[in-house]
This record gives sequence, structure tokens and C-alpha cells, in this order.
Amino acid sequence: MKLKRIFALLTASLMTFSLAGCGENSGQEVENTDVFKIGGIGPLTGSAANYGISVKNGAQIAIDEINEAGGVNGMKFELLFEDDEKDEEKSVNAYNTLMDKGINALLGATTSGCSIAVSNVSVDDGILQITPSGSAADCTNGVNSFRICFTDPLQGELMAQYISDKGFKNVAIIYNNGDEYSKGVHEAFVEKYKSLGGSVVVDESFTSGDVDFTTQLTKINSSNADCIFLPIYYTDVAYITDQAASLGLKLPYFGCDGWDGVINQLNGDTSNIDGSIFLTPFISTDSDPKVKSFVEKYRELYNAEPDQFAADGYDAVYTIKAAVEQAGGDISNEALISAMTQITVDGITGQMTFDESGEPNKSAKVAIINNGSYIAE
Amino acid sequence: MENKKSILFAIIAIVIFIALFTLVEMGLLSRQYMGLLVPICVNIILAVSLNLIVGFLGELSLGHAGFMSIGAYAGCLFTVYANLPPFIEIPLALIIGGLVAALFGFIIGIPALRLRGDYLAIVTLGFGEIVRSVLNSLKIVGGSGGLKGINSGMHKSDYYIVAYIVVIITILVISNFINSRHGRAVKAIRDNVIAAESVGINVVYYKILGFVIAAFFAGMAGVLYGHNIGILKPATFDFNKSIEILVMVIMGSMGNIPGSIIAAIILTVLPEALRFLQDYRMLIYAVALILIMLFSSNPTLIEFRKKIFGKKEKGGK
Repeated sequence: MKLKRIFALLTASLMTFSLAGCGENSGQEVENTDVFKIGGIGPLTGSAANYGISVKNGAQIAIDEINEAGGVNGMKFELLFEDDEKDEEKSVNAYNTLMDKGINALLGATTSGCSIAVSNVSVDDGILQITPSGSAADCTNGVNSFRICFTDPLQGELMAQYISDKGFKNVAIIYNNGDEYSKGVHEAFVEKYKSLGGSVVVDESFTSGDVDFTTQLTKINSSNADCIFLPIYYTDVAYITDQAASLGLKLPYFGCDGWDGVINQLNGDTSNIDGSIFLTPFISTDSDPKVKSFVEKYRELYNAEPDQFAADGYDAVYTIKAAVEQAGGDISNEALISAMTQITVDGITGQMTFDESGEPNKSAKVAIINNGSYIAE
Repeated sequence: MENKKSILFAIIAIVIFIALFTLVEMGLLSRQYMGLLVPICVNIILAVSLNLIVGFLGELSLGHAGFMSIGAYAGCLFTVYANLPPFIEIPLALIIGGLVAALFGFIIGIPALRLRGDYLAIVTLGFGEIVRSVLNSLKIVGGSGGLKGINSGMHKSDYYIVAYIVVIITILVISNFINSRHGRAVKAIRDNVIAAESVGINVVYYKILGFVIAAFFAGMAGVLYGHNIGILKPATFDFNKSIEILVMVIMGSMGNIPGSIIAAIILTVLPEALRFLQDYRMLIYAVALILIMLFSSNPTLIEFRKKIFGKKEKGGK
């Protein structure tokens, strides 16, 4: 009897979990032969739902813009987006579902693990796959797969170069040992930074879920570090900078694109981190007219501030559009993939070209936090 | 009587296989459902093996995903590093995965089985989480980024045949085990430990045996999962995964193997079949789950099932 009650409780909790985070509605189905179908995959429910919803929203804006402008070669674009709950198996299921619907190109998956799982299957189909935000190196292993975002190692190298150029020679690092992204950035950063003649005076780690960083910060406080590099997500950044301030630690901070969102996390009070600099592909306060118009549309349609995932999704659609234009009337997989290396896309995350390995060549942007907002350098 | 049943089982197994094979080869199945064949098989193996612990041994285990992940990583590591032809590599990987998981079933079985009920449930839960944490920080298996490049050289669309064979083996072994002398001892322990001990049944031995067999098949299921997806991430094998398997066992009613099979199929297909609902999918799925649970625990329906299967059901209630 007792056992039964436990079961009932567990079942109920499972259901609650599966309910967490139902997104808002969009995406209409049109049956038309003059339609170029883009299949999107990303988490719309579950713990990573933010990412998938952002990508979907960003991509939808691009699709609407293209269709308003009359489409490409007489074809309208259509986005079919499937949920993968950030689970590799479900991501492959979503991919199969999209293939049944006859998609012409794939925008996804949103997260690294899912992108790799999907590309294991998509490579046999040969369909053009562009992941907006899968940053693990293996995401672009297939000849058919490309990406919009930076890889983790590249971010680390760029930041090492930047910090070194600014004249900081003794860096302290705190990174998340349980997170692939953080570890990837950290590893490449350390290697590059040392090769540039800098020294890593404190190199401390933590694991996901930690909230007390006093030990690591005390170590930094008693070292001769002249700056702190935090290749981690914004929630942890908020904890660390807050605790550093109460320890009286006042060093300049550097970060990478996981910082995007830190101002909201701090409720707008950036007094502890004013002047901090992080690498990001997209800054919503950028004065670029394309960025401005995107941000305005996003705010109006979704009543939210666009993040880099939204920007990546938006740019991914325009990349597909550019490939379709380059390929002329031919929308076969081969034509689209060979067009990819010939195009230049002037996106809101920067101007990019693609090489055959699937990596984008684009310049990084650096955002400075000042008085409650992000400012482009 | 027993003979007749095994023949019937063999006929059903072959007929289903021929039906599946024709559907796949003639291209009558959509990509979506083709892709679901292996996940369905994996879930059937998981549900049937967990049913041995929960339904027949009468112990609550929340660590099944832990056994699954150990087997998956062991078997897939073998595939990544050994470059043998697929028809040798896959069976070997399956056996290695199963054996390593069984070893852990044995190790966790010894201290854990001194406990009962809720306490054991928490210990198995802890076990699953420990496995996940260790995998997260093990360099050789790729840590939190996952084990990549699992490729045996077999074509992806042929995995369902391997998976199907493993399902048949699992069902055969576990249902034979339950109907054997050992199985009767296991059920006796479930129904009354003191009575079982008093007639000389070695309770610890049988409990560990149950755990080892269940872990072995969970490990094999993990190997199949890894080969099908091509990447293993520790985050997949979390607490939720264990609960998911448990839900299948409960839905199919405890101690009922055909029930577990049907529940595994329904719970794998349902969320995919509901994709057309878009944003309401998970909501409707949850509601459907509640309704199915209410429905399958309905007394009239249980009577009806008994008539169909012509055999009295022994639930773990």
C-alpha cells in the first residue's frame, strides 16, 4: 500500500516535469509545392527550453521577412520546428519526423549533443544541416553540416588574445568542471594565453549547482592576479561577482558568450561588474540598423529581449537563403552544400563565410557592461 | 501446457518479425516510425528487466538508468576502440555491456539488499546519481560532452533487427526465469519474506540474482541505445530516465510481462504520435498518461484482461 503511494507520487512528479515550460504557439502549415521547407530542431520544453524557443522565434522573424520581400526564386520559405527536449534520441525522432514532412534544409539542432546525434543520421541523407548554436567541435563532422556560432575552443583563443593585448599578464580563472562548454573554452584559453607569454596564477574549478565560491575567491585575493577570466554561464557569474565584492576583491572581469543575460540576473544592478568585458556574437544594443530592426521586431512579437540564440537562428535562416540564391534554381542537397562555401552572409552576428569543414569565419564582438547595459566596443 | 506456450511464443515472435521486416523493406513505414523501432525495443528490454525487480522481486529500484548507462558506456567504448566487422563487434559489445552492468548489479546488490522498500529505493536512486556524476568527470568517456563516434559500421536502418533479437532473448530468459524454481523462490520472497526464509530459501542469494539479471539486460539495452544514437551523454541517464522506465512497468501492471511490453510500446510511440499537437504536445501527453493509468487500473478492465490472457494475474499489490 505504501509502495503504491510512492508510485503515485513519482508518476505525478514525472508529469509535472514533462509539463515544465510549454512554449507559445506559432508556426502554420501551408501545403504548397513552391515552398522551401526549413526544418528546425531544438528544446521547446524542459530545462533548456529557453534556447530552443529563442532559436525558433529568431528564425521565424527571418522567414517572415523573406516572405514579405517575395521569397527566393519564386519560393516562399516555411519553418517547421520540432521539439527535442534536449534529448539526443528525441532529437533524432524529431529529425525523422521532419524528413517525413519533406524538408529541404535543416536548421538544428540547437544544442551540441543533439546536433551530433542528428548529424550522425543526416550525413546519410546528405541534407544541408546548419546548427545555429551547437558549439562542440564534432557538430560539423559531416560534410553536410555547418554552424553559425563560434566553437568553444575558438572563444577561448580569442579571449586569450584579447586579454593579452590589453596588457594583463597574470590571470585568475574560475570555470565549471561539469560543463562541456566551460571546459572547452578554459582549455583552449589556457593554452593560448600561455603561448602569448601570460601566466595563469590561479586556476580553480567548481561543479554545476555550486553557489559558494569563497574558497576560490580567497585564493585569488591572496594571489598577484591582475584580472579574472570567467568562462561560465551568467547565473554563476552573478554569484561569483557578488561574493567577490563582499570579500573586497576588485579586479577587472572577462567572460565569454555565456555571460549574455547577466544583467537581468543581477536585476540591473551592475555596480560590481561595471567595465567587465565579454566576447559575444550578438549585442542587442548594437547601433547597426539590422540589429536594431531585429531587436524591435523581436520585442514587439514576443515581448522579450532577444539573446544570441535568437540571433543565431535568424542568421541561420539568412544563411540558408543565401545558399539557395547561390545555387540558382537547383535546390538539391548537393547544390546547396556546395553553395555554402561560396556565400558571404552579412548577418546580425557579424559578416561570415564558411569553409568546407563547416566552420564560420567571422569576427568576434566584444561587449562592455556599463551602468546596467551592454555596450558594443 | 508449457510446451504449447513456448511454441505459441515462437510463432508470435516470428510473425511479428516478418511483418516488421516487410513493412520496413517495402518502405511502408514512415521515417518517423522506422526511427522509433530501436527506441521501442530498448524500452521493452528496460521495462521487462525492471519488472523483474519491481514486479517479481517486490523491491522498488530507482537506479535502472544507472545500470543502463554503465552497460551503454562499457559496450560503446568497446565499439569505439575495437575495429571489428559489425556482426562480431555488436554481439561482443552487447555482451560486454551486459556483463559490466551485471557486475555493478552484484556490487550494488550486496549492501543495498540489506534494506527494504523505501530505503532501498533511495539507495538505488543514489547509485544512479553516483554513476552519472562519475561519468560526467571521466575523461576517457568524454565527460559531460559525451562519448562520441560510436559507429560499428552497420547501417543505421538495420539496427532494428539486432534490437529485435535482443528483445526476444530478454523476454525468453526473464519469463523462463520467473517460471523456474528460482523464479518461484523470488516470488515467494516478494509475497512473504519470513515464510520464504523459514522454508529454507536463501533470500540474499535470490535478491542478488534478480538484481544481476535485471542489470545485465538493462546494460544490453544501453548498448543498443548508444549504437543507435551514436553519442552517449551522462545527462541522458538521470533520475527522470529511471522514473520513465518505472512508469512503463506500473502502467503494464507489476509482475506482468506482456503488460510491460505493451506499455513500453505505447509510452515510446505516444509522445511522437502527438507531435502534430505542437505546443500542446507535452500537456496532452501528461493527460493521456493519467487517463491510461486510471483506465488500466480499472477493476472491470483487469477482469477483462484475465479472460483474454486466460491466466490469473499476479500483481505485486
